[in-house]
Amino acid sequence: MSVSFLISQAKSVQKVIDENSAEIEVLDQKIGDGDHIFNIQRGLKLVVELEDSIKDLPLAKALNMIAMKVLSGIGGSSGALFGTFFMTMAKSPDLDKDVDFNKACEMIISGIKAMKERGKADVGEKTMMDVLIPVSEKLNELKNESEFKSGLNEVIKIAEERMLSTKDMLATKGRASFLGERAKGHIDPGARSSQLIIDTICKSVINN
Amino acid sequence: MKKFINNNDDFLKESLTGFGKAHSDIINVNLDPSFVSRKNKTKDGKVSLISGGGSGHEPMHGGFVGHGMLDAACPGFVFSAPTPDQMQAAAEHVDSGAGVLFIVKNYSGDIMNFQMGAEMYSGKNDSIVTNDDVAVEDSTFTTGRRGVAATVLVEKIVGSLAENSGSLEECKKLGEKVNKNAGTMGVAFTSCTVPAAGKPTFDIGDDEMEFGVGIHGEPGRKREKIQASKTIVGNILEAILDNLKPEKNEKNLLFVNGMGGTPLTELYLVYEDACQILQSKGIQVTKSLVGNYCTSLEMQGASITLLKCDDEILKHWDSPVHTAALRWGM
Repeated sequence: MSVSFLISQAKSVQKVIDENSAEIEVLDQKIGDGDHIFNIQRGLKLVVELEDSIKDLPLAKALNMIAMKVLSGIGGSSGALFGTFFMTMAKSPDLDKDVDFNKACEMIISGIKAMKERGKADVGEKTMMDVLIPVSEKLNELKNESEFKSGLNEVIKIAEERMLSTKDMLATKGRASFLGERAKGHIDPGARSSQLIIDTICKSVINN
Repeated sequence: MKKFINNNDDFLKESLTGFGKAHSDIINVNLDPSFVSRKNKTKDGKVSLISGGGSGHEPMHGGFVGHGMLDAACPGFVFSAPTPDQMQAAAEHVDSGAGVLFIVKNYSGDIMNFQMGAEMYSGKNDSIVTNDDVAVEDSTFTTGRRGVAATVLVEKIVGSLAENSGSLEECKKLGEKVNKNAGTMGVAFTSCTVPAAGKPTFDIGDDEMEFGVGIHGEPGRKREKIQASKTIVGNILEAILDNLKPEKNEKNLLFVNGMGGTPLTELYLVYEDACQILQSKGIQVTKSLVGNYCTSLEMQGASITLLKCDDEILKHWDSPVHTAALRWGM
């Protein structure tokens, strides 16, 4: 993981999210209030715009700047959760040394753990954590393997299955929780956007 | 979408700037990070009250900054929680040394962002969470009930105690009491349109209403055919009374709140219906508030809040207040 990796991933994710924005917006209007896609798009735009100010910085500083930008620029649950994710990654030890796959997995795992604590949501509550927690568990299995690229295909699969599994869940956390039975039958918009992010980044790592 | 708008990115900034100019005798508007604060510095030793939330609920919360209510308000983007740096900057700006009480509506995004703001602020602080919406079932295992219109009452009543030298602990305790004593439920006839979305949040038929709607147009308990006002009001009150179970000799405040698109004429009609129904059940209404205070952009509809009042609550309700949206006694 490097600053240039972060910037190029942000750009790819931005493209994929923009392509799927109409779908996510509709999902959120079904069970939320429709702000999720705008928050995610605004956040990605802000991060991509950071390129010139972070490209020559050490990784920890760049991650911290991304964290503060996400935290102050997005708002809503997404801002707090993704801000927490980057802030936690920025605090990882030894970021001045080479960050290999193993190390990057550890950083992502600790970031997702912090999101789970911040949002107080676990698997099965119809939120983005339904995708992120199983992904983090799989990365934990993969992190020391030399043949991680085939493992990332499994990560992609898990993210998709777990995203789809939110469809029939009752929501107990987040704004959809206010709907009771009426939230059933709709995929959680946060789970969908998180799955798209995981999908994009994994594919890019596999193909490089 | 037909709205007064120049471009989406400047929507909130332009509205806040206008708000600041229109009420420059009472408040100041700070941009980047955005917060509304009192024109006059909080007096030494007074607990500071800070609230905030997504925009689109005006006059909540900026309209309640001023003597006898809030010291600052942090507006987020339309229907999105404000960010921690706003809360931190507002707290640093208004805290006079007696501490800060954050008043937060129970939504996941608001809770998380206020928590982070509180963690980032080094001064003494505490928070209360409002969750008065009886349309949603309460549970400690879920996000629980939504915080809606009773937040206005909490801000007024706790604001008065803070103005009268209440400590941080006392303010928190009173806020929790008001929240516990209040129940709200709303009904929507039309959707609202978030400017960034450009189209209505939900589809609703000409002859339909969303019963138990949230203040962001989130679906409520059920979709029904529209009925006579007395029937709608009766159903809302039944849900509230089931929950609050007021005693016959208790005093109550009845608050009819417009969602933004319903004329006052109708809100007063709702108030009259509610008074008659409550009277027939032997429930006393001693205080009133009718108007658009906790809105959902241009949504047509209304919510009813009942607050059980003891002497302490009554005293602090009646005390002077001078804000952009509520003013009496001074």
